[in-house]
Order: sequence, then structure tokens, then C-alpha cells
Amino acid sequence: MNQGLGAREQGLGTRDQGSGFRVLWQIGMLALLAAPVLLSAQQAKPWEQIATPKLHEFHPQQPKRIELKNGIVLFLQEDHELPFVSGSIMIPGGSRDEDAAKAGLVELYGQAWRTSGTAKMNGDAMDEFLAERAARIETGGDVDSTSLGWNSLKGNADEVYALAMDLLFHPKWDAGKLKLAQQQEATSIIRRNDSENGIASRESTKLVYGANNPYARQTELATIGSVKLADLESWHERTPKGRLIVSVRGDFDSAAMETKLRATFEVLPQIVREPARKDSFDSAKPGVYFIDKKDVNQSNIQIVALGTDRRSHDEAALAVLNDILGGGFASRLFQTVRTKLGLAYAVGGGFSLPYDHPGAFDVDVMTKSASTVEATRAALDEIASLNQRPFTEEELKRAKENILTGFLFRFDTRAKILSNQVRLEFYGYPANYLETYEAALEKVTVADLTAVAHKYVHPEKLSVLVVGNGAEIKPGLDELKMGAVMPVDITIPRPAAPAATNKK
Amino acid sequence: MRKITPFRRLWLCLPVLFLFGFGSALLAQDLKSFEQKITVDKLPNGLTLILCERHDAPVFSYDTFVDAGDVNDPAGQSGLAHMFEHLAFKGTSEIGTTDYAAEKVALEKVEAANAAYEAEYLKPVGRDEEKLKALKAAFAAAQAGAQKFVVPNQFTDIAERNGANNLNAGTGLDDTSYFWSMPQNRLELWAYLESGRLSDTVPREFYKERDVVLEERRMRTDSNPIGRMVEQFLATAYVAHNYGRSGVGWPSELGQITATQAMEFHKKYYTASNIVVAVVGDVSKADLPMLEKYFSRVPAGPKPDEMTTVEPKQFAEKRVVIREQTQPFYLEGYHKPSYRDKDDAVYGAIGDIMSNGRVSRLYRSLVEEQQIAAAAEGFSPFPGDKYPNLFAFYAVPLPGHTTTEIGEAIHKEIDKLKNADVSDAELEMYKTRSRADLLRGLANNQGLANTLAEYQTRYGDWRELFLELDKVDKVTKADIRRVANQVFVDSNRTVAEIVSEAPKSANGGGK
Repeated sequence: MNQGLGAREQGLGTRDQGSGFRVLWQIGMLALLAAPVLLSAQQAKPWEQIATPKLHEFHPQQPKRIELKNGIVLFLQEDHELPFVSGSIMIPGGSRDEDAAKAGLVELYGQAWRTSGTAKMNGDAMDEFLAERAARIETGGDVDSTSLGWNSLKGNADEVYALAMDLLFHPKWDAGKLKLAQQQEATSIIRRNDSENGIASRESTKLVYGANNPYARQTELATIGSVKLADLESWHERTPKGRLIVSVRGDFDSAAMETKLRATFEVLPQIVREPARKDSFDSAKPGVYFIDKKDVNQSNIQIVALGTDRRSHDEAALAVLNDILGGGFASRLFQTVRTKLGLAYAVGGGFSLPYDHPGAFDVDVMTKSASTVEATRAALDEIASLNQRPFTEEELKRAKENILTGFLFRFDTRAKILSNQVRLEFYGYPANYLETYEAALEKVTVADLTAVAHKYVHPEKLSVLVVGNGAEIKPGLDELKMGAVMPVDITIPRPAAPAATNKK
Repeated sequence: MRKITPFRRLWLCLPVLFLFGFGSALLAQDLKSFEQKITVDKLPNGLTLILCERHDAPVFSYDTFVDAGDVNDPAGQSGLAHMFEHLAFKGTSEIGTTDYAAEKVALEKVEAANAAYEAEYLKPVGRDEEKLKALKAAFAAAQAGAQKFVVPNQFTDIAERNGANNLNAGTGLDDTSYFWSMPQNRLELWAYLESGRLSDTVPREFYKERDVVLEERRMRTDSNPIGRMVEQFLATAYVAHNYGRSGVGWPSELGQITATQAMEFHKKYYTASNIVVAVVGDVSKADLPMLEKYFSRVPAGPKPDEMTTVEPKQFAEKRVVIREQTQPFYLEGYHKPSYRDKDDAVYGAIGDIMSNGRVSRLYRSLVEEQQIAAAAEGFSPFPGDKYPNLFAFYAVPLPGHTTTEIGEAIHKEIDKLKNADVSDAELEMYKTRSRADLLRGLANNQGLANTLAEYQTRYGDWRELFLELDKVDKVTKADIRRVANQVFVDSNRTVAEIVSEAPKSANGGGK
């Protein structure tokens, strides 16, 4: 399920894995064979003698798509393996569309929507009702959308659906639940400088888009404190009028389900489309940025620039380029920085290719304080090599095999097929996008790689952000010879008035 | 059910959707239908293969479950099991080398050079710095000599080019697990790769990989406030058992593990009888002879001796206070028995009632009513479950609230468990959800492979996955009160807390 929106091609595992306790020592990420060096013919290769039979025939079951006259789209995906029914409504409009002075509104909306509940059943009563049935209804806010989802045993499907629809059409906003959500958000804000990875990822995003850009701006105590119940109500007004994408999956009969969904959604008025966004970006001046964190012994290095999006027509070649640069064990970055130099556990990166706005080019490395400059240089050299060291047919072949042989893991379950179709619908991509994308990947040539590298990789435009322990970083960052090192202030602004959180 | 992922961090990621529910009649059906899909095959060398057929898509997932983890690291070698896990990605005598015969000789020289260097380095008195320098250079030269024969990352390269998805491995304190998913027509290639790395590991590039693992330690533990706290917490809670020892390894020990030690660990613990391999997906019994052929390569050997150290009864409350410029955090734990205890399901019930979702007691009390925490949970087992472990509670204080308040609030909730019965509704919700969680886990090939292999290892029969629901159903209110009174006593408690210090400068600290 993690083929997420705008995710990179191979899910670079370098991201903070988060969960603290039962520590699984992940061996790492994926990758690509860098150097055109390796294969000498001195030993037999027994694995090449193992036959690869024809893959069993496979016809992925596509969901049924129904577009209602009012513009709402329904997807039905029958799946009878387990006795469950789940559903989701994706609603256009998210945090990138909120008022900057109220940054965090959509996040608070996503939490308080469900916890408030409805006029008939408040949130606490809903918690009990669902827990008794081991069922779930949840709401959430994202950068470009909000969502309502539900899931239950087949036997409870009707009552849980009815409750979810009650929440969609008749929420009763609760001031206490908004306050609770504000407290949760305030806690995250207050704690955001505790995590080195959190700082690195947040601040590097600001360098890419500009600190105040909707894709980078952060919530502050003042912005979440200014969100009132009326703001949630007013945001919700758009929700039932939007271009809803309703998808259901599980153990049901499609004809009956279609009737039921039509009864709910056909009666709604013609949808109101979100206006097209006019994004503009204000990337930071290239150079070296530094954040001093005294309680760490490892630097988190982010090398970033503004990239491009999935509609660029170069997305297939860029996906292959990603694989060669930082995709897996055989990538140039992994081979050099981790395997050859032993300087990092986590290293990887490339272009993220979101569906409807430019993504970041982002290479990250984590290395002990003393080797910060060496590891940064090594990563910068590998980035520069994309325009210097010619791509080889062997690299191309390997990268394509990496991506294409496992391509079917994008649609090996009915759940994945459904969420893929919802995603394509949401962003206005053709339903056969995966097929055309796969065909485009197959056609990528060495010349294409060279061309996209020249078009999109600009070493002189990169910003390097280092979060680390300044006292231990020797040699210092000025040794990178990329101009004066620019400190970044990450002090958390405290509102003069008492914060929403500390009221007694 | 036993693999609780602690720190679900509800406070950061509540809008995660979906749990499941169903009646218990369905479970009996499920067990029956799984019995038809599953084949268990014990090979002559002692290795157990589990095959579970699921033909929805032409893919399979596997999990190789080795009944050894960092709890088995010998004294002075903490982190060894995890180091070996990294080595298992470095190839075999056939994969990853241009000339194994020559490489083998070169690797022996690396070991000799390292031993000479370490001997001088560790001299308590009279270390000769000039000699040390020369030995270090010789060690580097020997490594370079061996490196000439290496085809870097060839093992993973073959796997990835053949469609390996979600390729990774994990080393816990109790066990080590290797896994990925692949297109169904690569089954034989997979069997070649997996049986090869289990039976024919070559300690190549070991010392660079050790540097990589030291970076992993810096990332997870040293540079992470929660990681630092947990390491100190466990080291304090345990005085004898290896659960108290750093899993990734203390830096001085991890930094001196040798390839020879890693291979000795392999010889002792990677015997066929200590390994279960589960494959789930588009496979069939007809594949068994082929799989048997490959996995027979894994050396037979006795099941390693079980650890005999038993943590002595704790008789004094212990406390770790970390004062630093990070935000406050509260964690406490109580010693409790291993997963084999007759009350294992009772601990599950307590964890569920205290922590599962918005109806749970800790959420309702600390988060909603008192509004002193952003998240609060109690869970077990921690940090492992094969041996007596801890029932832990943690909470994330809201701004302006202290760890002292948090501790008191948690203890009030614990006292309620000890002094009054839980409600019928609470107990029923736990039972419903347990069945739900079980079924939920069946939906995914990789998850099912991990679970089948683990249950087969821990109980000798994967069916326990279904059968243990009987134990869940038998949990009573009296059981919960009895166990709470037994375990949640002050003298059995260890507390770790982070207490925020004021920043010394305006930039970079916590505030």
C-alpha cells in the first residue's frame, strides 16, 4: 500500500523509520550498481543457469468506475477473501489551500471531524460503538486532500456506512475536541527540534520550496492557536460539494453496493471544482546551511534542489536515473558512500515525482560528525558524476530490471489496484497510466539518461543542509568551499499571549 | 498478537485507518482452510519449511526466521548477531567474488592483521604507537588485498534485478528475520540465493560493514533522545539477563567484533534445526522437492543450548533521570514472565484495555480528561518475549506538564486495575479485537510469512496462531486483577524520564 502519492520509485528506505522500541535493525535500502566496474568473468555464475519460467498468467481485477451526473466518481472493488467491507472518500483541498495565518487548520480539521462526531452520536459514543464492533471510522487531512474512511465486518457494514455518511453530512463540531487536537499539534511543535531527522527533513523542504511556501511552511503555536470552531465549520462547507471520489472494497455484491452509493451521492448537487493552483517557488540561495545540535554525534546531510513532477514527460527516464543514483544497493551513492567508504548506514536519494506539483531533488546521508565533509563531498561527487561519468548500457539494463521485474508489486493485490485508480482519478491521470508508464520505462535509453541528467541535475544550484554537532565536525564545513556557511535559526516562536495549549 | 509495535505514536499519526472485526465461528473455518493451504516439511538436516498457497497473484513472500538474536551475543561482543545479519548480504563463495580461492586466502590475512593490530591496541601498558601505526597500515593493506576480489553488493543486485520487493532483514534480541517478496517464476532463484547465504556465508568487507553499523548505532541510539533513554532504561531494569544489554552493541564492543567471531556465531546458531523458512503466495507442493534440494545445503547441527541466566527478582525501585535540552518523556516498566507463561493472554488483555485506541483507559484519562499527555500507552512484551520481560508504560507530557504528574496519573490507572474489576464491555472489546487483529494479519503475504515462521519457532506449531484465541477467550476479570496485583508493585518498577533543562544558547537547543 505504500506506493504513496509522489513517492519515489523504490521507496528509499533512508527515511526515519520512527518507531522506537522493538528496534529492528534494518539493513538498509535498495540500490543500484554504480560503477561500471564490477563483473569480471573469472568465476562461473551458477544463478544464471537457473531457468526463469514464464510467469503465471495474471489479470489484475480493475475496480468498476461509475461517474455520476453530478461529477462524483465511484469505484467498486469486490474482494471476497475476507469478510470485510471498507470504504474511503477522497475530497480535494488540503493544507496547501489553507490560510497561511491559520497553518495547521486542515490537520486540526482532520482530527476534530471524527472526534467531534455527529448530532446523533458524539465522538466519544462513536468510539464505543465502533470499538464494540472492532470497526473503524477515521478522518484525516493531507497536503492536497481530506478524507473519510471506514471499515467493518461485513455483518456491520450497513450500520457503519450509515454512521460514516452521518459524519460526512451532519458533523457536529465540538470545541473540546478542537482544543484536544490543538494540544496534540502544540506538542508536536514544541518537540520538533528534538529529532535530528525531523529538523533535517523540515528545514531542507524549506530550502527547496521557500520557507513560506504551502508545501514547506510549518505550523506554529500562533497559527494553530488562531483556528476557531467556525474555521472548521467553514472548511467543511466545501466538503460535500467537492469532487468526491468514493471507493469501496471488500465482501459485497457490486450491484447492490452501486444502488446504495447512488442513493447517497446521486442526490447531491453538481460538484464545485477546486480552482487550478498557481504555485510559485522561492528556493533558497545555493550554498551550505548549518544547524547546530549539541546532543548528536552524527550529521544529517541533505543535498537539495527544486525538481520536477510526474507530468514532465521525463518521468520514466528520471525514475531510471533515480535508481542509478540512489535507488538501491547497487546505486552509485550506496556503492560509494556506504559500501566502498563505510561512511553511512543511511544514504540514498533522487527526484521525488509528485503527481501535480514539482518535487524535491534530495540526497541524504547520515555520517559521524568527523566525516561530515568527506561524506558530503562523496555524495556531491556522485551527483556531479551524473553529468560527467557516462551512463553505461550495463547500468541502464540493471536499473530497468530493478524497476520492471518487480513492477507487478504495484498491483499484486486488489487493494493496491483500487488505491492506484483512486490516485490516478484524483490527479486527472488516465486509468491506464501504469501501463503506459511501464512501456515508457522499457524504452528509456542511455541517451535519454544523459539528456535528463543535463536538463535536471545542476550541481551549481544545490543547497547543502547539515544538521549536526558543530563542535565535533572537523574538518569544518567551510572546507566544502561552497561559500560562507549560513546558520539556520530553528528557534520555536512562542506567542506573546498564552498559547492555546496552556490554558487551565 | 505478540509482536506489539511499541510507540505507535498515536499522538503523531492518529488518522491511520482500519481495523477489522468478525465472529469466532469464522475463525474455526479459517483454521480449517489454512490447514488445507499449509504444508510443513521438516528436512533431514532439521530445517523446517512452511509453504502456504495463495494464488491470487503470481508473487510470493518469504521469511527466514532464525531463533537467535542479540540476546545470544557472547559477553564482550554485544551487537554480534546484528553484525552477522549484515554479513548475510555480502554474498557467498559463488556470489560476490571474482576468485573465491584467492579471496579466501586474502580474508585469512585480514583476520591475522586485525588480530595483530587489536593485540597492540588493547595493551593496557606499554603500547608502542609506532608499531600500532604500522599494524594499522598492514591491516588496511590486507583489506585492500581482499577487496580486489570483491564484486560489491552482487547478492542484493541479483535479488533486486529479479524483482525482489521490500528486501530487508531485522535482528531483534530474540531472533533474526530475513525477508522479501518476488515474482513467482523466481522461486528457484530465491531458493538458491537464500540457502546459499545461510550455508555458505563469506565474511567479506566485514570491517567496513562494522563502520556502517556504528553509523546505524549513532542514528538510532546516540543521536536520538528516545533511543538514548531506552538504552539506559533497559540497562537499569536488568542486572543479569542480556535484555539489559544494548542490542546494537556498546560502542567499544561493537567496534571490536571480528569476522572470526561473526562466523563462530553463524556456526553455532545458524544450524538447520534453528531455522524456519516460511513461503506464502503463488507456490505449491510440487515446488517442495526443489526447495528441499536447496535448503538441504544448510548444515545440520544441534539446536543451540538455551540461555540459563534468569533475571533475579527485583526488590528495589530504580530510576533513571536524564536532564537535557529535549522535551520531557516518561517511561516505566515492571518485570513479568515470558510468552510461555500461562497468563500470557492476560497481559495482552491489560495492554489492550489500557491502551487500544480512544476508548482505552490511559487515553481517556491522561489525554482526554486530565489533558496532561499527548499520548499514553501500556504494552508488553518489551524488549523481547522469549525470556521474562517487561510490561511498560509511557506517556508524552503536554507542554507545561511534568513527568511527575504523568507517573502519578499512570499509577492511579494501575491502582484501578488492581482494586476493581474491568467492565464486561472492556473485556469483550479486547476479545473481539484480538480475533480482528488475527484476521487482519492474514491478509498480507509478507505478514503471514513472518507470523507463521515465528509461531512455528516459538510453539512448534503454526496452528497456535489460531489456537491461542482460546486462551484469549478464557481471560477473566479476576485474572486481570490478580496479575495486576502480582506485577504492578513499586519494588518491581524501573522508571526512566527525560527532564528538560533550560537551553544554554538561543540556537539549536530544544526550545
